[in-house]
Amino acid sequence: MATDQIINKDDLVVRFAGDSGDGMQLSGTLFSDASALTGNDIATFPDYPAEIRAPHNTIAGVSGYQVHVGNHIYSSGDKCDILVAMNPAAFKSQLKWAKKGATVIVDIDTFTDEAMEKAGYTENPFTDELERAYTIIKAPVTSFTERIGEAQGVDKKTADKSRNMFALGIIFYATHKKLDQTFAYLERKFAKKPAVVALNKAVLTEGYEYADKLEVMHSHIFEIAHADKMEHGRYRNITGNVATAWGLLAASEKSGRRLFLGSYPITPATDVMVELAKHKSLGARVFQAEDEIAGICSAIGASYAGALACTSTSGPGLSLKSEALGLAVMTELPLVVVDVQRGGPSTGLPTKTEQSDLDQALYGRNGEAPLVVVAASSSANCFYWAFNAAKIALEHMTPVILLTDGYLGNGSQLFKIPSMKDMPEIKPRLAKENDPNYRPFRRDEEKYAREWALPGMEGLSHRVGGLEKCPDGPLSTDPENHALMTKNRQEKVNRVANYIPDQEVTGNPDADLLVVGWGGTAGALTLAVEEMNNEGKKVAYTHFNYICPLPKNTGDILRKYKKIVVCELNNGQFAGYLRTQFPECPMTQYNKIMGLPFEVGELKAEFNRLLEK
Amino acid sequence: MEKHFVPKADKEYTKADFQSDQMVKWCPGCGDHAILAALLATFPKTGYKKENVCMVSGIGCSSRIPYYVDTYGFHSIHGRACAIATGVKLANPALSVWVNMGDGDSMAIGGNHLIHAVRRNQDLNITIFNNEIYGLTKGQYSPTTKFGQITKTSPYGTIDYPFNPGELVMGAQGTFFARTLDCVPQLSTECMTRAAKHDGCSVVEVLQNCVIFNDKTHAAITDRAVRDDRTIVLEHGKPMLFGKNKEKGLRFNGRCLETVTIGENGITIDDIMVHDETTEDTGIHMMLAHMGGDLPVALGVIRNVKKVSYTQLYEEQMEEQMTTGKYKCMDDLLNSGDTWEV
Repeated sequence: MATDQIINKDDLVVRFAGDSGDGMQLSGTLFSDASALTGNDIATFPDYPAEIRAPHNTIAGVSGYQVHVGNHIYSSGDKCDILVAMNPAAFKSQLKWAKKGATVIVDIDTFTDEAMEKAGYTENPFTDELERAYTIIKAPVTSFTERIGEAQGVDKKTADKSRNMFALGIIFYATHKKLDQTFAYLERKFAKKPAVVALNKAVLTEGYEYADKLEVMHSHIFEIAHADKMEHGRYRNITGNVATAWGLLAASEKSGRRLFLGSYPITPATDVMVELAKHKSLGARVFQAEDEIAGICSAIGASYAGALACTSTSGPGLSLKSEALGLAVMTELPLVVVDVQRGGPSTGLPTKTEQSDLDQALYGRNGEAPLVVVAASSSANCFYWAFNAAKIALEHMTPVILLTDGYLGNGSQLFKIPSMKDMPEIKPRLAKENDPNYRPFRRDEEKYAREWALPGMEGLSHRVGGLEKCPDGPLSTDPENHALMTKNRQEKVNRVANYIPDQEVTGNPDADLLVVGWGGTAGALTLAVEEMNNEGKKVAYTHFNYICPLPKNTGDILRKYKKIVVCELNNGQFAGYLRTQFPECPMTQYNKIMGLPFEVGELKAEFNRLLEK
Repeated sequence: MEKHFVPKADKEYTKADFQSDQMVKWCPGCGDHAILAALLATFPKTGYKKENVCMVSGIGCSSRIPYYVDTYGFHSIHGRACAIATGVKLANPALSVWVNMGDGDSMAIGGNHLIHAVRRNQDLNITIFNNEIYGLTKGQYSPTTKFGQITKTSPYGTIDYPFNPGELVMGAQGTFFARTLDCVPQLSTECMTRAAKHDGCSVVEVLQNCVIFNDKTHAAITDRAVRDDRTIVLEHGKPMLFGKNKEKGLRFNGRCLETVTIGENGITIDDIMVHDETTEDTGIHMMLAHMGGDLPVALGVIRNVKKVSYTQLYEEQMEEQMTTGKYKCMDDLLNSGDTWEV
């Protein structure tokens, strides 16, 4: 390797794009894993179409995977430094995600007249202007890969499946990384298929060597800064959906309650169920129900019978679960509902991210039906928020909705592995067998939570249900009783605020402008605020994870700032929620409803505009 | 057959042990009273521990039943009783879980949950109170209302073809189906007791009379004057005989079932079909469940087939993984795969 002209970078964004069958997700994962293992901080973001295999070579079929590596990574990055485009459609649709001057690697073999026409090109895409704006490397990926395949006695179709390895080889060269880590992965993954291992290793090596032979590559090698601000400890890469599943498992172990998940497949939440289904050895009882309603209803039944009961879904599924959620509120049973949000309404944008289920989570039920809503703010902290949601549900006897989103759920991040002994205790409110004073809706003075008496326990048999009950248990249509029970259910949720930490302000707390965010946007918001303050602009920032109830000092914070901007990936739902509670605080909004995460650049532009106003 | 995971009580119960202190609020003369009595008589016969009995119901008149039984109970939401009960049983297989639903609850809004519970052979005891009408909402036609019947929402007669719950159960590969009449509590108790002991999903259909909104809907078969001729009580291993003096019987003529009379046209007892509730093939059971019109309506246990329950398969898989699985605790899982020190 020519190492004379290495460019040192604090961080680097690489975007892999190709047909949805081109193995771009795998290339991206292999690159991010190799980076993490060699000491970089990472964050990834898959951007894939709703179709499993859209027509070959069309823009509809382009699948992307963005990897952000570097010293201290908050998000999957805005625009990329290196773009890999495996066909003309990927080139055409993804070039807008490349920084000016980016290195763009294309598989030139795929730029046939037919494929270019399918991508919508009427003339040669590589204009002089384009060649000046980017460093375009026209690599003969397909022909090289097929030649290696031929030498190993593999047919073209099979060989083509390894084209992504050639591109990955070039990326490894360009990022000054070694191949051993990925070799080891391939040997593990295809242990029973030595021919596949040999082919992939050969293609990967060939891509690497091809890059070495290219003069232009020698001036485009990046050395990415190692993560030096990270806390010491053991780390792993984790996606938000897996972290959510593990957080629930951890809560089950800590609380001593069996974990039950009743769910129905739905993008982008399915992986929570897929992950938990693997862990019967840890006691995870997963039930794939016949529909979304049966998913939550089975969980409510399991909760009645004493499990840490959960259901996972996305927006349309949450709509279907609304009536049953009301039942969980009425019966005051612990329940965790994970909503991995996607673009809506209706089927909307199933594979794209959005934060537009907030109103539904807060209000989407008949009657006065308060429950707890919390939101995770990074792929890795989905673990802690799932754990926390379960802890609140079990200790306060209430359903809890955990909001994550497609960006957090499918994206990945480094996760500092906790030790279970350091996780907080969870104490479910179990009733005592044969307690003569047990009453189904007797509450404790502090939390206002009822006790949990489980079928099978002696001397506690009782009935619960959707009809209004009096505190002693039997049905009641008494007007005073309904008013009392309604207030008690609300008070129980309100009192959760006594058990959560104060809301914090970061950035420059003495600023004029307060940036407010919630849930999955923390990465881009944190970086935007940090960069602004580094540039000498004063910006304060507060990010919400506890949505309902809000931390008790929320009003004190909001009242301190002259300018407040609430940033969210919807049309202003959190802003509206805050306004109803703090009408004295004027707030502006910054909203994005494009199915995409925030970019740091757009946020800074908006904050600058507000500062100058 | 006995259930796999449900513990037996170490004492004998009486009917009174299961009676709740709540006032029963069904209309006077409602068939539900008799069904409740039959159910209360069933519990002591099953021998399961009382605190391990859990009643789950949906919405409708019949779904009030958990309040009238002194066990654990869940009066849930319309149509969802099977789904809730499935969760109860999965969370704690040691429970004897009962599901009580009406015809609208179980086959209209809850149809999907019913067929899937039956298909899985989840260990639940499902009782369907079939009065062929929506009673609690005051008289609209249900999925079992007779074709052409005039109701509040079908003033010109229904044009909906009705479901036959038995056929639905067979179609979903059900392992247990029985039918009884509200006015014959002994038969109901017998069906329910056998259902309760069936290790899998059982469905008992009770033809029930709604005195207010669909009075005498089953009268054509339940009236004392005609009952012996219009119904047949099936018993495993016995010839299918009916009529006041058991002079009539059922014969399979190679194409369909037909009614024959012993002594006529050379028919002897040997020509009469013998009931086998255990045949895996649903063919004959489907025909028996379908009977009506010219043929007597079949009562008693029509189908009772051994098939490993979902509950048992689930527990076996859990146990196998808990013994042989790679991860024994969360720390194992958290530290598995690629990790590195910073």
